[in-house]
Amino acid sequence: MTPRPPPHQPMPGPIEWLRENLFSTPLNAVLTLLALVLIWSIVAPFVQWALIDAAFEGKSREDCLRREGACWPFVIERLGQIIYGFYDGTERWRVDIAYLLLAAGLFWLTFPRLPGKWAIGGIMLTAYPIAALIMLVGGVLGLPQVPTERWGGLLLTLVVAVTGIVASLPLGILLALGRRSELPVVRWLSIAFIELWRGVPLVTVLFMAANMLPLFLPGGVTINKLLGALIAVALFSSAYMAEVVRGGLQAIDKGQFEAASAVGLGYWRAMGLVILPQALRLSIPNIVGNFIGLLKDTTLVSIIGLFDLLGIIQAGTASAEWATPNTAYTGYVFAGVVFWVMCFGMSRYAKHMEDILKAGEQR
Amino acid sequence: MTNGCAVELIGVNKWFKTFHVLRDINLAVASRERVVICGPSGSGKSTLIRCINGLERHEQGKVIVEGQELTEEVGQVEAVRRNVGMVFQQFNLFPHLTALENCTLAPMWVRRMPKKQAEELAMSFLERVHIPEQASKYPGQLSGGQQQRVAIARALTMEPHIMLFDEPTSALDPEMIKEVLETMVELAETGMTMLVVSHEMGFARTVADRIAFMDHGEIVEDATPQEFFNNPKSERTKEFLGQILR
Repeated sequence: MTPRPPPHQPMPGPIEWLRENLFSTPLNAVLTLLALVLIWSIVAPFVQWALIDAAFEGKSREDCLRREGACWPFVIERLGQIIYGFYDGTERWRVDIAYLLLAAGLFWLTFPRLPGKWAIGGIMLTAYPIAALIMLVGGVLGLPQVPTERWGGLLLTLVVAVTGIVASLPLGILLALGRRSELPVVRWLSIAFIELWRGVPLVTVLFMAANMLPLFLPGGVTINKLLGALIAVALFSSAYMAEVVRGGLQAIDKGQFEAASAVGLGYWRAMGLVILPQALRLSIPNIVGNFIGLLKDTTLVSIIGLFDLLGIIQAGTASAEWATPNTAYTGYVFAGVVFWVMCFGMSRYAKHMEDILKAGEQR
Repeated sequence: MTNGCAVELIGVNKWFKTFHVLRDINLAVASRERVVICGPSGSGKSTLIRCINGLERHEQGKVIVEGQELTEEVGQVEAVRRNVGMVFQQFNLFPHLTALENCTLAPMWVRRMPKKQAEELAMSFLERVHIPEQASKYPGQLSGGQQQRVAIARALTMEPHIMLFDEPTSALDPEMIKEVLETMVELAETGMTMLVVSHEMGFARTVADRIAFMDHGEIVEDATPQEFFNNPKSERTKEFLGQILR
């Protein structure tokens, strides 16, 4: 038998494509046109405001008041504060190094050709947070200490998000295993922990960590506000992570654990080598969904007086120096774009990981 | 306790909730002996062999594997499992690992073998089941028969003294049953102690030293193939043989 090629299917040209997909029936044609009008009526004024009528150059509010559109000089002038918060000007290189290491690590993990994925991934999850902490806090190795009250902007957002991400994955995995454990005490404690944190809004948790906890502590003991927020975010997100991982675990056939047991692997090795690699792979979309939610939830720390990326922009728009009709809108648009870039980046990265892992299994 | 007994079950009882799956099971399998367990579905055959490596807990009686009684203690169960290999109906290969990695996992993590040595060992067993050329493929890329042979190789890499087969050919397409059975016949020729739950009467006739017939959680008949096929004692065995041999 000679193999026969499949029948030739011509690629549709752009005109055919339009006709087939957008104008196939009179109703479809009307809907297409309506949608176009709608899109245009939103996009055009926005472009007009954000680019055409916007002020790009200038040093003060007067430069913005002369234009009808966005007030970009505000963002440009405040960029340092947006990126570093109130971090001492001469020490900002330390933040740069922390950013740079993070970027380098993520870059390395993005490209499948580069070797040592596991080692780099392990370093990013363990050594990096510690190194970054030392770098940012200082007080050792001849680095002057920078109190956390001075941290803010993107720096604070990333510190809270990265801590939440790094802590919530392992904690969430342990809680998920705990919830499925055959040991009743472990199971009940896990369920109680998960349901407690999932039942309380993050705002409440943050508020309690910052304002109520000090009331219960013995006099004189103060708790760092940022530390309180970090612990709250880590525990809160680990409860959500636990449920995501549990979903992945439930999708794995019981026979996998039995086969692992039958070749002599104990509980932890069966989980670590056989069950979790499969369960986590299945959970990637939801895990990353959680990470994205977490990144956006970091904006809530502003209610306990920490200035994250959004908070610091908001504070800036309120200052008399930059009071124009467009300052606040410009700030919010900028914050939105920064968050969108980070979240979309994570989402694409997750897709890319899924594709690689899928390719490995099925080819 | 009899000397030279590989597996011994004494008065074993088990319930699933209120359903009595195993009733007063007494079975002794000598070292190098090959026993085929057959019977209608739901008769407790699979549960019986799963009790031997502790995948199921028995509630009464004793399960003794190579002189060691199976207890509730985790370390003790794991020790027993190291000497007892198992092959499942649904293969249960690890889909995220290649055929070779499926076979090196236990030697590396349980027997603490260096990777290179584990790979050599795994390759030697993949050769024994006649699929060394599939070593770098993932289970999803193999046929059912090939997967089951990898599963046999995986169990053998622990160099067990006893092999349990839980309906190893029931999930296979007819044309693949033969290749798996041939692998099992070859394994039997090496003198491996084998307990096989199977409906393959041809295999039972040629390979088994004894055939045990189970019905409603009881071992109804336990005889040599000769006796079993030509001169069954119980009515239920006769009925069963009538149905499957026809």
